[in-house]
Amino acid sequence: MANSLTRQNRAGWLMAGPAFALIVVFLILPFFMAVAFSFTNQRLVSPNPTEFVGTRNYERLFGIATLTLEAERDETGAVVMRDGAPVYPRLRGFTRDQERYPQYFRKREWFSFERAGNRRTYVLASDVVFLKAVRNTVLFVLVVAPVQAGLALGLAMLINRRIAGINVFRAIYFMPVVISMVVVAMLWRFIYDGNDGILNNLLGAMSFGAMPPVDWLGNPWTALPAIMAMSIWQGVGFHMIIWLSGLQTIPASLYEAAEIEGASRWQTFRYVTWPGLRNTAILIMIIITMQAFTLYPQIAVMTQGGPLDSTQSVVFQMVERGYGKQDIAGGSTISVFLFLFVLSISLLQGWLTRQRP
Amino acid sequence: MGAISLRGINKRFGATHVIKDVNIEIEQGEFCVFVGPSGCGKSTLLRLIAGLEDITSGELRIGDRVVNHLQPKERAVAMVFQSYAIFPHMTVRENIAFGLTIRRESRAEIDRKVSEAARMLRMEDLLDRRPSQLSGGQRQRVAIGRAVVRDPSVFLFDEPLSNLDAALRMSTRQEIAALHAQLKTTMIYVTHDQVEAMTLADKIVVLKEGRVMQIGAPMDLYHNPANLFVAGFLGAPSMNFLPVTVEAQGARTVTVTGDMLGRTEVPHRGRSFAPGQPATLGIRPQYLRPDDSGALRGTVRVSERLGTETVVDVALAQGTRLMAALAEDVILTPGAPVAFGFDGYKAHVFAETP
Ligand SMILES: Nc1ncnc2c1ncn2[C@@H]1O[C@H](COP(=O)(O)OP(=O)(O)O)[C@@H](O)[C@H]1O
Ligand SMILES: [Mg+2]
Repeated sequence: MANSLTRQNRAGWLMAGPAFALIVVFLILPFFMAVAFSFTNQRLVSPNPTEFVGTRNYERLFGIATLTLEAERDETGAVVMRDGAPVYPRLRGFTRDQERYPQYFRKREWFSFERAGNRRTYVLASDVVFLKAVRNTVLFVLVVAPVQAGLALGLAMLINRRIAGINVFRAIYFMPVVISMVVVAMLWRFIYDGNDGILNNLLGAMSFGAMPPVDWLGNPWTALPAIMAMSIWQGVGFHMIIWLSGLQTIPASLYEAAEIEGASRWQTFRYVTWPGLRNTAILIMIIITMQAFTLYPQIAVMTQGGPLDSTQSVVFQMVERGYGKQDIAGGSTISVFLFLFVLSISLLQGWLTRQRP
Repeated sequence: MGAISLRGINKRFGATHVIKDVNIEIEQGEFCVFVGPSGCGKSTLLRLIAGLEDITSGELRIGDRVVNHLQPKERAVAMVFQSYAIFPHMTVRENIAFGLTIRRESRAEIDRKVSEAARMLRMEDLLDRRPSQLSGGQRQRVAIGRAVVRDPSVFLFDEPLSNLDAALRMSTRQEIAALHAQLKTTMIYVTHDQVEAMTLADKIVVLKEGRVMQIGAPMDLYHNPANLFVAGFLGAPSMNFLPVTVEAQGARTVTVTGDMLGRTEVPHRGRSFAPGQPATLGIRPQYLRPDDSGALRGTVRVSERLGTETVVDVALAQGTRLMAALAEDVILTPGAPVAFGFDGYKAHVFAETP
């Protein structure tokens, strides 16, 4: 029964076929493969057959335990001090003893804090590097998303006027977006260079030499902020364009009405511009958040996660595991985690910004 | 307070000269209508008064102040836009209160003024709705409410009825007239619709291509149009124009002749003509009457029966069109021969030729 409808459908499927096949092979299949691999010990190349390992990969990533220790005391019962600080028993005694302390086995110190009564609590983790990567990535998102969105909005409002030559500014602000992040990151290595970098030269000149050069990417305190600053600069033009399109949907007569009613610039922004940008703002926050969570090329080009793991990121760890260490299962586990994490944040954002009656 | 004076006002957008040497005096409390075809510069003129556009040259006074360089908010004007320009994310109450909120008036004061305006515009039950839940006419009333609460010295309306359907247009028009009667504030009202102009205005300013064609009371302009443009623009259907030649000028009248009419005597209304000069005779469709011995002969093209009136579109001998509005219900079939006559004292004569 080949009626015209099914025939047309067949032609339709044939036309959609190539695109559909590519999507299945390169997007849908890998997604399910990653989920499947995360429950195995799959390696990139291995002579041994792949085995199902249950949730072991996830336990390794998220294995966390806390351990509170008493300070060491001498024969008189006084606290042993060294360099003005109490001395605590070595952690190795706990983390290497699978018999007595299976819960601490092979874990490493993530961080610790002093408690009252000469006690100290240690947070131990099976995968400290991964947790640092999560912490850095979240920090990156928390700083980059609002700053980038805010700056982009500011620029969009500046260029949203009809002045001669305004397109030149639009093009200039948009230019970094067109350049690949890899290229941008390579260029910015010159800016951030510790000896003769442009930034150090500039700061030195502006402070008449009073400011000593900083190794921006080599210092654990400045490396992540430096990467944040560059990332904001690179992406701000893209979001500016989205804001600009949102601004242009606001009718000019609303601004004129506000002007006649006597609204100040701030009041105009508050009562006209911002409410008119509501949907754009939601879109931008979701896009920026998702983009920022996939922080990778900057790290790969500029710091490789260093110094002292201060710029590890989730995606960098994912690639590092999967290809650097050939641990496809471990990399897949991280990618599944990232998927669920970003998904839940997007859902949360969607819920928070839902249309209320 | 609310008297407005425009002296030698010009406005250019780059090379385009949009408003050309406009002089208008509007008195305190007057309802003044700017009327003219689309694109003649009505909105621009209104926006110059509001302060939304800069005046290129000339002097604009509101009250006793020259306001050329004052911000819109310093001019104490309120404006109702053609697109209403009400804020979509605010409730009706917040929209009406906008100007008061901006000026940080007290809650009690805002509530009092908003309820007063809502009562006046009969929309107390709409106050908590959002604009998306309102009809076009209700949105228009919100926009008017926002203007009213501010107690401005001048109201500016830019084609406020053009987005409404015919029935609503009529009732809103009457509401605006009632509002003016109640508030007695100066109002400037822009429209391309001559019926709105005729029914609302104390004073009409007819504009064409950025120039003032005539200023005066509605019936003044209707009965004594200064030129062909005003004569043709006011009144529906439009005045009929027939080419004539001047024969002689008398004390109160000129004698003209034309191909389609015999010798006719028409009041010259202060205009002077030279014998032999080509001119245009104007006669309103309402003043034509069927007359078998009449000079205007032709055939019926279309006739529209409106019940109390019949509008006939007539093709005259040389193909010239003539409109007649007969004050009775008559049946005229297309193609039927007709003849009309008129009283020369109700006709106009213009030195211009169209
Ligand atoms: N901002 C502007 N820039 C250039 N030309 C304009 C601008 N605003 C209006 N004009 C021109 O001025 C003329 C009058 O416009 P407008 O005042 O809107 O007419 P109206 O309201 O009588 O229809 C039009 O020819 C229009 O194209
Ligand atoms: Mg207009």
